[in-house]
Amino acid sequence: MSRQRRDEAYDVVVVGGGPAGVAAATAAAESGKRVGLIDESPWLGGQIWRGEAERPHSEKARRWLKRLEAAGVTVRVGVSVVGGDGAGWLVAEDRRGAWRIGYEALILATGARDRFLPFPGWTAPHVMGVGGLQTLVKSGWPVAGKRVAIVGSGPLLWALAEGVTAAGGVVVVLAEQASWESVRRFGAGLIRYPAKLVQAIGLRARLAGVPYWCGWWPAVTRSEGDWAVVTVTDGTSRRELKCDLVAFGFGLVPNLELARLLGCGTRDEPGWEGVEVGLDQETGLSGVYAAGEATGVKGAEAALVEGRVAGYAAAGRRAEAEALYGLRDRWRRFGAMLAQAFALRAELKTLADDDTIVCRCEDVTYGRLRTWRTAREAKLMTRCGMGPCQGRVCGAACRFLWSWEPDRVRPPATVARLETLMELGTGGNGG
Amino acid sequence: MRVRVNGTEVEVSAGMVVAVAVARAGRLWSRRSVIQEPRGPLCGIGVCYECRVTINGQAHQRGCLVACQEGMEIEADE
Amino acid sequence: MSGTYDVIVVGGGIVGSACAWECARRGLKVLMVEAGIVGGGATAAGMGHLVVMDDSEAQFALTAYSCQLWRELAAELPGSVEHEVCGTLWVAADEWEMGEVERKARYYEERGVAVEVIGGKRLEQLEPNLRAGMAGALRVPGDAVIYPPAATHWMSERAGEAGATVWRGVEVRQILEEGAVELAGGAVVEAFVVVNAAGATAGRLTPGLPVRGRKGHLAITDRYPGFARHQLIELGYLKSAHGEEGDSVAFNIQPRKTGQMLVGSSRQYGAEGGEVEPGILGRMLRRAVAYMPGLRLLNVVRVWTGERAATPDKLPLIGPVPGRSSIWLATGHEGLGITTSLGTARLLGERLVGGDPEIPYKPYDPGRFAWVPVAGQTGAGVGAW
Repeated sequence: MSRQRRDEAYDVVVVGGGPAGVAAATAAAESGKRVGLIDESPWLGGQIWRGEAERPHSEKARRWLKRLEAAGVTVRVGVSVVGGDGAGWLVAEDRRGAWRIGYEALILATGARDRFLPFPGWTAPHVMGVGGLQTLVKSGWPVAGKRVAIVGSGPLLWALAEGVTAAGGVVVVLAEQASWESVRRFGAGLIRYPAKLVQAIGLRARLAGVPYWCGWWPAVTRSEGDWAVVTVTDGTSRRELKCDLVAFGFGLVPNLELARLLGCGTRDEPGWEGVEVGLDQETGLSGVYAAGEATGVKGAEAALVEGRVAGYAAAGRRAEAEALYGLRDRWRRFGAMLAQAFALRAELKTLADDDTIVCRCEDVTYGRLRTWRTAREAKLMTRCGMGPCQGRVCGAACRFLWSWEPDRVRPPATVARLETLMELGTGGNGG
Repeated sequence: MRVRVNGTEVEVSAGMVVAVAVARAGRLWSRRSVIQEPRGPLCGIGVCYECRVTINGQAHQRGCLVACQEGMEIEADE
Repeated sequence: MSGTYDVIVVGGGIVGSACAWECARRGLKVLMVEAGIVGGGATAAGMGHLVVMDDSEAQFALTAYSCQLWRELAAELPGSVEHEVCGTLWVAADEWEMGEVERKARYYEERGVAVEVIGGKRLEQLEPNLRAGMAGALRVPGDAVIYPPAATHWMSERAGEAGATVWRGVEVRQILEEGAVELAGGAVVEAFVVVNAAGATAGRLTPGLPVRGRKGHLAITDRYPGFARHQLIELGYLKSAHGEEGDSVAFNIQPRKTGQMLVGSSRQYGAEGGEVEPGILGRMLRRAVAYMPGLRLLNVVRVWTGERAATPDKLPLIGPVPGRSSIWLATGHEGLGITTSLGTARLLGERLVGGDPEIPYKPYDPGRFAWVPVAGQTGAGVGAW
């Protein structure tokens, strides 16, 4: 196997190819900078725009991806960022090898992931993440004719319902843990965001046949012959639904591992986690910016604006960046509205029983975990969070359940081949 | 194009990831966990490592992040 | 929080926990005070080997004795300790090193430790992922591997069952002259004897202590069961582990019961902070790959560092501080604290009650160094020798 080092350098490097990253890279490149855009998945778009390049659904996504291409951004997909020094270079790997990527300015647009809260049966193969199923369906995952129960919280449940329906699946229920009252208030608030209102009404019309239950959440799921059964509850009564698949997710949590590894400050209040940024999206590290869900979950519109601000700021175009502050504030308020409307109810802390697995990498149960006091102690004594996901799944659950702070991040930022870590400390070519 | 999942040929198209090929081979799951539970894709974006498979002899590859290529040999746990 | 104990053990690593258990077992009234998590310091950062080492006669005596104690304990260890008798292979790269294998074999055999000299061909069968063409190896079949934090937690629980009191998350500000400790909150707890088992930070509590930190890096892979079957160490390990004053790396890989491969090792004096240093990490991994080329493509899940408590002669400090009968030491175990924790506890326990230890205690007695404990105030840090 040929493993030639192929170090490269850009004026601006953007990590993450979702809306924030695409907008950031475009803004910086249109300002005359040499820009490299890196994403871990094989295609650009992040979770929300996944598959848009091949089969465009959203006019906005199509426009941005075209603009990105026209701006001459160098795109590196299928590339994981493993580490870096926070002051000029990253180490990246793909399936062929590892190399260094140098930068003058770095923009972290690492996005967010589903928040999973453990409930009995959630590790069975018929249970998938809301974002996960959405992404895979866009990539051709066979869902035609399948009955899908969607449970959890947030507008992504609706996006998935639309994706499943479009791919020929049947959504048997869409159970939202937030109350009717809360969701109704959110709907009323959309009047200030006409585009969102139109989007929501359109979605509702297209999914008119989908039962939408607010104030319901999953209690347990099991297999029964060829079927899966999910039991949902509103706290007093329970209903069983037969289906093929259960998709679930309780909102999103930002991907902060790379930012924390590089030394950027992060905000840790539950529900408001994110990289700390200044007015121009710059983190505490000079020349390192963050944009989109990584600075706090608030939706694709805010991500696009933050990305543009970061891209202009990283390119030294202060006026262009500042001109967007007003728009950004508006979409950040929308994000705050989302967070308030879909805040998680306390009952969700009681879903797991002692036999429910919390850490899926190491198969550590709730019963083994609940006696410890900190994430680190639990990790050392039970192996919770020691597997390849490094607590990315169980960490958010443990935080919600017991308010455990995440253990410190050390390199590699993500699982990496050993040869890649050999490269971490070598400069220049041929190391 | 075609890939093989545990020896069985599966027709896939460009733009499909390995996890999709595994599903198209009729399997909801791809690996056995530490306590031997069957596990399949969860997050779909490379975070959870539940969809790990062996690809062309290399173990522990994330099926959701790797694009299918002609002739790829994919091994899932039995 | 005050009271009177026979023994206060400061530090709840594997050495402190073993000492607390040993003392409690002997009927002493014991308090163990751990500032953080029991087994969460150097104990958690180490490799977790139970090995017989022959850098010196005294090191051999303590490690062999300790391995014997571990064998006696093996049946009682819970599954979480992941105890596995995988044996060690000391790998000889060339004929010269093979000569060293022969010497080492005689040394171990003369002292009653079973070993086996392995030829190059046989080595390839035993460990097919080693680079082809190795001269051979020395196999020490009795060596084993454990998961130290779980072992330490278990020991601290056994200590508790034997009557010891264990305080977690309580910091000791200083060890007082008269055999008492002052806690971070200002409270004073008294005892006849205070045992400083604070590892690399012991010098903060006993100023002037001839112990300094020696940083190490480790990497662990995802699960690849069978990739290596024994603990593998390059024969030149002792040379690079003990010989050099500067930074050094050595090939040392260990198959965990989980199927994961733990890859080491590195040694650095005076390296500030617990940060992972890409330079020495890279050197360490390149060394490992030179011995096992297939490692290149394995997924590494985590990398971390730890600080060993190193003494000038690579032997631990077990016994009273010279001229201070109420302050005892159980520290300075460098990279062998997991193995020697049990031997240390036995020596310390036996000496505390005026008994007769099963192996000579003198080589580990703190009085072997000409050092003057600094009176009174808490020291600025780890002693420089």
